Parts: sequence; structure tokens; C-alpha cells
Amino acid sequence: MTRDRRLSWINGLLLPLFNVLTAFLATAVVFILIDVNPIEATKVLIYGAFGYEEGIGYTLYYTTNFIFTGLAVAVAFHAGLFNIGGEGQAYVGGLGTALVALYIDPTLSAWLIIPLGISGGLLFGAMWAIIPAYLQAYRGSHIVITTIMFNFLASALMVYLLVHVLREVGQMSPQSKDFPDSAWIPFVHDVFAGMGIQIAQSPLNLSFIVALLFSAIVWFFLWHTRWGFAIRATGKSNDAAVYSGINPKKIIVVTMCISGALAGLVGINELMGVQHRLLLDFNYGYGFGGIAVALMGRNHPIGIIIAALLFGILYQGGMDLAFEMQNVSRHIIVVMQGLVILFCGGLEYLYRPILIRFLAPIEASE
Amino acid sequence: MNDLLLNLILTLDASFRVCTPLIFASMAGLFAERSGVVDIGLEGKLLMSAFIAASAASVFGSPWIGLLFAIFASCIFAMIHGLASITFKGNQIVSGVAINILASGLTMILTLAWFKSGGITPTLKGDERFLSITLPGVDIIDHIPILGVIYRELISGHNILVYLAFATVPLVWWVVYRTRFGLRLRAVGENPKAVDTAGLSVEGLRYKALLIGGILCGIGGAYIAIAHNAQFTKEMTAGQGFIALAALIFGKWHPYRVLAACFLFGFLDALAVRLQGVVLPVIGEIPVQLIEATPYILTVILLAGFIGKAIPPKASAQPYIKEL
Repeated sequence: MTRDRRLSWINGLLLPLFNVLTAFLATAVVFILIDVNPIEATKVLIYGAFGYEEGIGYTLYYTTNFIFTGLAVAVAFHAGLFNIGGEGQAYVGGLGTALVALYIDPTLSAWLIIPLGISGGLLFGAMWAIIPAYLQAYRGSHIVITTIMFNFLASALMVYLLVHVLREVGQMSPQSKDFPDSAWIPFVHDVFAGMGIQIAQSPLNLSFIVALLFSAIVWFFLWHTRWGFAIRATGKSNDAAVYSGINPKKIIVVTMCISGALAGLVGINELMGVQHRLLLDFNYGYGFGGIAVALMGRNHPIGIIIAALLFGILYQGGMDLAFEMQNVSRHIIVVMQGLVILFCGGLEYLYRPILIRFLAPIEASE
Repeated sequence: MNDLLLNLILTLDASFRVCTPLIFASMAGLFAERSGVVDIGLEGKLLMSAFIAASAASVFGSPWIGLLFAIFASCIFAMIHGLASITFKGNQIVSGVAINILASGLTMILTLAWFKSGGITPTLKGDERFLSITLPGVDIIDHIPILGVIYRELISGHNILVYLAFATVPLVWWVVYRTRFGLRLRAVGENPKAVDTAGLSVEGLRYKALLIGGILCGIGGAYIAIAHNAQFTKEMTAGQGFIALAALIFGKWHPYRVLAACFLFGFLDALAVRLQGVVLPVIGEIPVQLIEATPYILTVILLAGFIGKAIPPKASAQPYIKEL
């Protein structure tokens, strides 16, 4: 086996596994520090996520959001861009979805309104990413800094719009009026009920199917189209991309728009799917969560679905955990996200020197 | 006229208080970025040290102990960042993000575990926090018109950390531009290979820079919780670490310009509070959100190269890999 092959085996499989395990181990240490038995906590968590029908519904509902933002971060990563602005893109994307739902003729068919709402999310999400993308590509400012700034700008914009423009008349809290019924994405329990099967009510709605669909689209796009190739080539080597006739500046803008569009879909699950109105902070934490999901899922749609499911489990199980155990709140999930980002991202090479030292002699003898 | 003057002075006075944590955090960022390490984790370090400061001050009943613990906590986070981005050559931005998210989660988990509350620490009583200091001579100068008001309201009556922040800036300038360490620091951020060739440790210099940053962020965080406020509350840093980052870019990584940017952003923040609901002649009511968003808008415009150009240290964000 050549040295390169050996490295790819270690980099691709063993390192990520060790990194995830370390993140879990570190979480266990946090549990012990706050006087909670990590094994007991894991049991409660798993039961909360899978033990009953409603729990499963909630788990998949959270998973949906993480798939969208995970895909968003991953697409950008493939072009060598770090899109830290998923939070803002999800927020503004939700605005696009809400505008469609609020201002379209409600007597139109849901078959028309829902795809338009989805397009609204895609479009507005992309719009929020295009300025940082343009500035990175053509004006040389760094995408990380500008997308951070745009997260805050999104937040300010949405507060302004919800307080001054979109707030329902006579309503004290900053939220819009309810969407018409025809702009609701059906709940899964309603779909099942329509087929004569009774399942427990949960926020899980058909956005989950949309998320899986987009995972497939992203996979096909990245590995089976010219554009996808151009994106990956730009990410691997800017110079090589230029030599093969690719314009990296254009690729940066296109990639960021796709990334922002995907993040913008959080709104369809949260707003058209569950809340049925536009409200503050519906996006909270999913943009940053997407970074953890993409890192853990190694930027591949299948990995992302698995990682998103894991975070869905943690989110839902974490709620039950907070309910069952006095010393834990659901924010333990945030700690875990941080640890996953640290060990799967920042410290991703932690074990490489050790692994190479141990495995090199074994393989050399083969 | 007098009313307007007093209003202006009070707004400026508030600006001093608001920009203090920005100064500490942006000076911390200045050390890190001048050494070639991008520090997105300023926000997380501020938040963590705010929480630890409030906790320790409440438990031990002394703001100074709170401050010490805050510095310690912030330095631990800085060293985690260093471990990931210097020793293991990982992505500096990713580890910075990790620090922010970790701080956000840990502060919530620990308030519950330690104080049985969701995101707040006990309120600090009088001498458990840093109180404002009345400078000598206020009574005498007070009789002089205008100058008296300025001295009483603007210059006197802050807590010690505010004065420390303003004293830190010339000190940072002196360290960065007038000491051997500063020269090496700047060199390692621009051309680490040259520093390495000269027989100096690139990693050592970067660790030192991050440690100084950790100390400064610790003071900034402590200020927020136990000087400006009297307890820790959920997410109380509210993006100030990022505003500090913006100020750092806006001030083009130079201590005095960064100070000016901090003060500008602090002034905007103070102004936003004052202008809430006020209807101005001609313009009408300015949305508070617009004023709050101004630092970010200005930074984006600057980054776009429309008002001067912000060029970061050359080796910024690149782990240094020694050639063998």
C-alpha cells in the first residue's frame, strides 16, 4: 500500500471515528462535572428520542433543520469556503418563505403555494449570501468576517421588520399574522391519518422529505455535474481550477448562493411546517449547529443525514433529559455541539501523529 | 443649550462604559491576529469569563477574586484555541467557533449546576463588584462652568476597569511597536518563516500572543459581569466579541485606530439607547435597529474597500508548518 493510500484510510475513517468518540467522552466528563451519571443520562436521552412515537416525531423534526444547515455548510466547504452565516441566511430565508405565505392569494392550491414558499426561502437565503460572496470574490474581504456581520444585520433587519412592518395589528408580541391553511406544509401525523393510520401528534412535517430530497440533489450536483466538479476543484486547488478553465470568482459566488439557499430552507420546516407565522429567533442555533453537522458528516450528504439525525436525537432527548434530571438543561446539547466542532474540526489532526506512528510499521510489514 | 451639552456629556459618558469591554477584547484580538492567529473566539472568552467572574465574586465576595478567576478561565479557552490552531495546525476559525459555542452552552449548564438557575448568577451586593471611583478634586473643579460638568460626569465616576482599559491601549502600542517581543510578534504574523529562520519559535510566540489575549479578554468579560452589571445573565455579552472583532478590522490592527473604532461603536450603542423612541426633527424616528447595526454595516463597507483598505497580517489564519 502506498503512503498516500494509507493516509487516506487513516484520514477518511479512523480519524473521524476517534474524533467523534473523543467529543462524546468529553461530554461524559462534563456530565460527571455537573454531578450527573453519563450512562443514566444517555439512557434517558435515547428513550426521549426513540422511546415513544411523539419523541421520534420530534427527533426527525429537529433533524430536518440540521440537514438543511449541514448541507449549506458542506457545499461551501467543498469550495474551500467557510460559511459561518447560516444563522442569518436561515433567518432571512424564512422571511422569503413568510412573505409568500402572507401575501399570496390564499385561495390558490397548496400545490402551488408550498413550492413557491420553498422557492422564497431558497431565493432569500441566497440573497443574504450573495453580498459576502461578491465581496470575497471580487473585493478580497474575508467571507468569515462578512458572514458574521451579516448574521447580526439579519437579526437587526428581522427585529425591525417584525416590530414595525409585519407585526399583526393589535398584537403585542413581534410576530406576523397566521399563514392561511393553504400555506401549511402537512404534518406527518395528518398525512398518516389521511391513510387511516393513527400516529402520535408531533411537529414532524413533510419538510423532512424535502430535506432528504435536497440531500440527494446536493449529492448529485456535487459529484455528477460540471458545476459540482468546478466547485470541488476550486476548493482543492485554486490554481488547478484556473488552469482547467474554471473561473474561481464565479464559483465562489455560485457556491455561496447555493449554500445560503439551502440554509434558507430552515424556514419552511419551522414556519410553513410548524409555527404557521413569522416570529423572532425561529432559526436560533441551527446555523451554528450546521457547522457541527457538516464537520461530523465529513461534508457528504449521507454523513450529514446521519450527523443531523444524531443532533436531532440529542435535541429531542436533551429536552427529556432536562425534564427528568434536575441538574441538566437542554443546553447540554450546545456544549456537545461545541465539543464536536472542537474535536472533529479544530482538533481534527489530534490523533494523526499517533495513528501514523502505530500503523506505519504494521503496514510496512505487509 | 446647557441641556444639549449635558445630554451629549451623558451619552459620551455612557460610551466610555460601553466601549470598555470592546477595548479589552479588541486588544486581545490584536495580539492574536498580529501573531497570525485569527481569533473568532473573542465572544466566547468574554462570555465565559463574565460568567466565571460573577460566580467567583459571588462565592468569595470579592471582585478581585472574580477578576482572577475570569482571567484564568479565559486563558484556558485561549490555550484550547492555541492547542488546536498552533500545535495541531487545525483550522483557526473552526476552533474559534467551537470556543464560542462551548462558552454559550457551558455557561447555561453551569449556572444550573452551581446556582440552580437557568442562566443567571446571584446578584452581587455593593462591594462584591467594582464600584465607581470619584476622582479627587471633583468638588473644586465643579464650580468651573462646562469644565466642571465634564470632569464630574465624564472623567470621574467610572470603575477602575474603565481607566485600566484606556491605560491598556498605549501599553499595547508600546509593546507592539517599541519592544523586541512586539517586533517578533509582528514578524511572526507577516512572515513566520523568517522568524523561524532567525531561530525563534513561531509556536512559542503565537502561544504568548494568545495568552496575553486570554488575559485581556478575561478582564473584559469580568468588566461586563461584575463592573458594568451586578450579575451574569444569559448570553450577556450579546455579540460584543464580534463588535470588537469588527473594531479590530475597522482600526486596521493598529492600537490607537482600534481604540477610535471601539469608541465610535460604543458611542453608537449609547446613542441607540438614548434615541429609543425619540422623534428627531426632519428625519423623524430613527429605528434603533439601524443604529445598532451601524458598526456591522460600516465594517462591511470598509471590508469592501470603499473607505480605505483593511489588509490583515499576511500569515493570518495560516498554521505554520515547518519544512523539513
